[in-house]
Amino acid sequence: MRRVDGLAKVTGQAKYAYEFELPNVAYGYLRTSDIAKGKISKLDVSEAEKAPGVLKVISHLNLPEMLKLKDRGEEPDGAEFAPFRDAKIVFSGQPVALVVADTFEQARHASHLVEVSYDKDDSKTDITKMLDQAKPTKENKDRGDFDKAFGDAEIKIEEEYQIPMEHHNPIELHGSTAFWKDGKLTIFDKTQNVYQLRDRLADMFGVAKDKVEVIALFVGGAFGSCLNVHFHSTLAALAAREVNRPVRLCYTRRQNFTGSGYRPETWQKFAASADKDGKLTAMSHRVVINRSSYEDYSEDFVQVSRLIYNCPNVRTTYENVVTDLQTPTPMRAPGAVSQMFALECGLDELSYAVGIDPLELRLVNYAEKDPETGKPFSSKALRECYKLGADRFGWKDRKPEPRSMKDGDLLVGWGVATGVWPAMQQKAGVHLVLKSDGTAHVTSATTDIGPGTYTTMTIIAAEYLGLEADHVRFELGDSSYPKAPAQGGSWTTASVGSAIVGASMAIKGKLLDLAKKQDKSPFADSKPDDLVLAEGHLRSKSDEKQSIPISKLMEDAGLKEIGETHESEVSPERKKYATMAHGAQFVEVKVDPDLGIVTVTRVIEVTACGKIMNPKTSHSQEIGGVVWGIGMALEEKSAVDHRYGRIMNASLAEYHVPVHADIHHIETLFVEEDDKIVNPLGVKGMGELGLVGIPAAIANAVYHATGIRVRELPITPDKLVAPRKA
Amino acid sequence: MQDPSQDPQTPDLSDDESALLADLARGGIHRRDFLKLVSGTGAGVFGMQLLAEQRAYADASSLTGAATAADPFTNGISIDLTVNGAAKSLKVDTRATLLDTLRERLALTGTKKGCDHGQCGACTVIVDGKRVLSCLTLAAQVDGTEVTTVEGLATEKGLHPMQDAFIEHDGFQCGYCTPGQLCSAVCLLDEAKRGEASFVTPDLSDPPTDLSDDEIRERMSGNICRCAAYPQILAAVKDVHSGHKTARTWGFANEVELALIRKELAHETI
Amino acid sequence: MKPFNYTRAATPGQAVKSIAGKPEGRFLAGGTNLLDLMKEHVETATDIIDLTRLDLAEIKETDDGGLRLGALAKNSDTANHKSIRENYPLLSRAILAGATFQIRNMATNGGNPLQRTRCQYFYDTATPCNKRAPGSGCGAMEGLNRNHAIFGWSDKCIATHPSDMAVALAALEAVVQVQGPDGERSIPFADFHRLPGDKPEQDTNLKPGELIVAIDLPPAKFQKHYYYLKVRDRASYAFALVSVAVAIELDGDTIKDIRIAMGGVAHKPWRAAKAEEILKGKAATVENFEKAADAEMADAKPLEHNQYKVPLGRNGIVRALRKAANLA
Repeated sequence: MRRVDGLAKVTGQAKYAYEFELPNVAYGYLRTSDIAKGKISKLDVSEAEKAPGVLKVISHLNLPEMLKLKDRGEEPDGAEFAPFRDAKIVFSGQPVALVVADTFEQARHASHLVEVSYDKDDSKTDITKMLDQAKPTKENKDRGDFDKAFGDAEIKIEEEYQIPMEHHNPIELHGSTAFWKDGKLTIFDKTQNVYQLRDRLADMFGVAKDKVEVIALFVGGAFGSCLNVHFHSTLAALAAREVNRPVRLCYTRRQNFTGSGYRPETWQKFAASADKDGKLTAMSHRVVINRSSYEDYSEDFVQVSRLIYNCPNVRTTYENVVTDLQTPTPMRAPGAVSQMFALECGLDELSYAVGIDPLELRLVNYAEKDPETGKPFSSKALRECYKLGADRFGWKDRKPEPRSMKDGDLLVGWGVATGVWPAMQQKAGVHLVLKSDGTAHVTSATTDIGPGTYTTMTIIAAEYLGLEADHVRFELGDSSYPKAPAQGGSWTTASVGSAIVGASMAIKGKLLDLAKKQDKSPFADSKPDDLVLAEGHLRSKSDEKQSIPISKLMEDAGLKEIGETHESEVSPERKKYATMAHGAQFVEVKVDPDLGIVTVTRVIEVTACGKIMNPKTSHSQEIGGVVWGIGMALEEKSAVDHRYGRIMNASLAEYHVPVHADIHHIETLFVEEDDKIVNPLGVKGMGELGLVGIPAAIANAVYHATGIRVRELPITPDKLVAPRKA
Repeated sequence: MQDPSQDPQTPDLSDDESALLADLARGGIHRRDFLKLVSGTGAGVFGMQLLAEQRAYADASSLTGAATAADPFTNGISIDLTVNGAAKSLKVDTRATLLDTLRERLALTGTKKGCDHGQCGACTVIVDGKRVLSCLTLAAQVDGTEVTTVEGLATEKGLHPMQDAFIEHDGFQCGYCTPGQLCSAVCLLDEAKRGEASFVTPDLSDPPTDLSDDEIRERMSGNICRCAAYPQILAAVKDVHSGHKTARTWGFANEVELALIRKELAHETI
Repeated sequence: MKPFNYTRAATPGQAVKSIAGKPEGRFLAGGTNLLDLMKEHVETATDIIDLTRLDLAEIKETDDGGLRLGALAKNSDTANHKSIRENYPLLSRAILAGATFQIRNMATNGGNPLQRTRCQYFYDTATPCNKRAPGSGCGAMEGLNRNHAIFGWSDKCIATHPSDMAVALAALEAVVQVQGPDGERSIPFADFHRLPGDKPEQDTNLKPGELIVAIDLPPAKFQKHYYYLKVRDRASYAFALVSVAVAIELDGDTIKDIRIAMGGVAHKPWRAAKAEEILKGKAATVENFEKAADAEMADAKPLEHNQYKVPLGRNGIVRALRKAANLA
């Protein structure tokens, strides 16, 4: 189905956080720190305050006392960054002053008039120099005896892999529009989590939760960068209160690199051994990421090397290192895509050591049950994905030796990798109103950062209420609606969708109650499960002729509408199963060996993630995942100058994300799974899944094309023209 | 709420739909065309609650703060220009970009700020028939020009075919880069007709008016889509450029195919 | 962005007059680089003289049979101009290799060669840069210098020039026509940009207050054998890691005249004079191309992170020569 918000988006009417028209708006502009560590020795705002149009300059010198106390405790870890708390500098790009002025131009100029001097301390940002300082974030018991199995093995590999810091870079800059009226704060915000922001702001400003309303009707891309509360939100709210006017505040693109988190830098060591048939005998996987100095961070919730393949002896460790950088934030497929790069490249290397096809290696080690817990999978059509992908791709024609396939002067490489993402579900609430005119209105405080939540929820409500989609109106992105989880983790459809199913069921129950009151009711002895809502009728499943118009039921009862608020819960049944979404990803690259240019000419991504609610938007998500994988494999890197602890390419000119010309043939296929266990809808998340295996598949294809194994992303021309000596 | 079974030519508009219509009217759309446009989008009028809400908030918000300076524009300069067919005269700060002027002064927020430095293309607008970046154009520079933004692409006849093709092919996700993509794509059509070349044009002496996929990709490369709807945007542009429907490259594994695979694998995976 | 005085010039003379005595005054044409830098606070202009309305957009033949490119002609109009596509296709290709349709619709011929470096230290006022803040040091020298120069750099600056168009202009031996307080003068393109030396803050040999009014191309002779190669980190909309402009005049398979210029390797478009010298009068063979490329790159002085530019530059020269000579 076409997106219900398509019209709004193609006509420029969709309103994002910074865009709500309000009278008498003032503009904020941030001044940020030049150094990574130390303290502000002098901050002189007098020139800025005198500049035309300036209303206020906010800094640590005049932060309202209550905010200092309220917004975070004194604990060394677990404390979110709080701007202007004191003179201390904990990362480069930290806000040191906020100028509020009548116009954007005035605020921007005055921000440069703020004079700042620093007492600078040495900063540390290079995790590869601090691996000895890494601390585990989670205790993991070994499975089996890794040391013995790996020690005894004849066929084995052990390699290091590196992924740089990366940034989400949604095209909408992080920003907010905030105003206070009669003690109530309203904030239009770029957030994936309206309730979290509402609660945080209420706490910060010491007001009741119902005195804060967070609105995020459209979010211009997020990819995880809006999962946490960032300082554009808190400072917009603060500034609006201080100047008693609506205030708009958004980052510059440079500030966006230090104001909304990033994918942590990841150093990994992966080791694996196999017998001569390719059966894994041992794996070890050490992951080290960076964190900030003031807040702990980990992406250890998923440890892919324990989840995908049968292997009796497994050791995984997950560690982090303190750096003088901002705290990372989950970025699309957090944890999984980084670890899969090591695991899936490592297995590719192992396949060459064994001398079998890399796809065959994966099939040989296919896990029929969760290798960690022994639980059955609620569904797992990964084998079909491998097979279908291989068939469509023509994998059987692959010549195994590197540099053996050519297209003219170009080297051709084919690579494969597995994708995996846990199928999660969270508690979620919806309010559903069915009206006697045959329309429905559904609200939930989820957001739609682009996957098509507006559309998917409309489809689900229409299906379960038996209405046409254009008679359903679904609204989201407002903290006055029932609570829903953050839009992240690929759990929105499973969570909010299940709540809509639940609410629809309850409505059906209420309609049945009304039906039973009718004279000679055909449904006098019916149970809800015997009936469906279809085409505006309450109808018997077994006999279509037994049917009562819903409008009649409601009119007879004198009702204009029936409402239901429902909160979905995860079913206890799920606990008996492993619930994962899987995929197989096949990639063709063509490499110009003289110039080091890699082109991803063909991708076939086959995905098994339960039932597909809306093919159109689902495929867009998978295509998006593939393109993200191309960016991660070939282009993306936030380059930190470790002398300054500063990201030097903080722009879209120098931080490269894929452009149109980088993207060629991408085919996405779904193998649908009939899974009643995972949730009532049978859906699994797909937003992250599509990305997870792609970087590894590309790196494997580049090796197959060139014989050069690049273990440090991104694979830019320099690494192929002048490869590092092994 | 209107009776949905009514003739789509004559429904009563809800408040927010009316508000949307009022907003679209700024871009030159009239009521009867709006209705056509609405009925053509497939899913009826999406809840345009935001517009109604915005108005409510606008009315509710406090006006009691510091008074706005009488002339807030440092080194102000008066400019006259045409925006989406409507004459506009206003005084702007000499430092104001066309982008900020459209968004903050003329309430045309369809044009997006993605980087403010010419690195993403989200701010693309059409000035005197050419696509340019409004973030690197001073408002003072466009005095006397004709500017078209995404709000001005639709006409009395309804949506621009490119807008409809973007919806049909799902040429966006979050929608934020979309206005810039659309302005670029619309200009691309004219550039091709004029025989303008690109870096990938094989023969400079004879640039194609019928663009290959690679030509379209190169010509759209000034518009970054971080959601990465590139293949869908390509399909949309191709549809409108060629006048033919573009095949999609996605689908489902069909049941027969799957049954065969399962048989071959001798394995009934659930 | 600092408040500035904004004036519109109606004639080149008026523009030159308006900027006289204003060291922080700037001419504004396409704005694609200047406004970018003003927002970054790298440029802090006190006066903006808007050239948009000057009558300098014409592209016309010169008396000697060459072509005069008006300084205010847009890059897109220039690349698509019939006589440039037919007679100076190398220039068309180079222009089309740079930036995007939108930016080329804005950028002008006079402005393009005046682009400042994209060195990340130049762009970031939190870091030292002798080009932006003379005497503050070079952040890139010991820092992230993957994108930096391998030829002609100094201990003060290792920045590269970002323009593609200028690389072709260097190969074609264009002449820059300027008008200044002391009247008009012509600057051969080879002398237009500078190497950084002790004054990296000066990108060009333009004198204060001088305005580019046109760029002249000599009579065409490289219509047939030319190539513009650009290697970058993505397929479009990125600055060159290395680019190579090649123009060959062939007599049979003997190289009668040849021009090779490189981008992304120096503070100015880098004429590969050594390679040209080796190839002049020789047969156009892959072997000779390789020999010439090796000789040119032998003088390269790479830094810690840009050593790859030596093999890449070498391979790039060979590839561009092969393509130009139809030996690919």
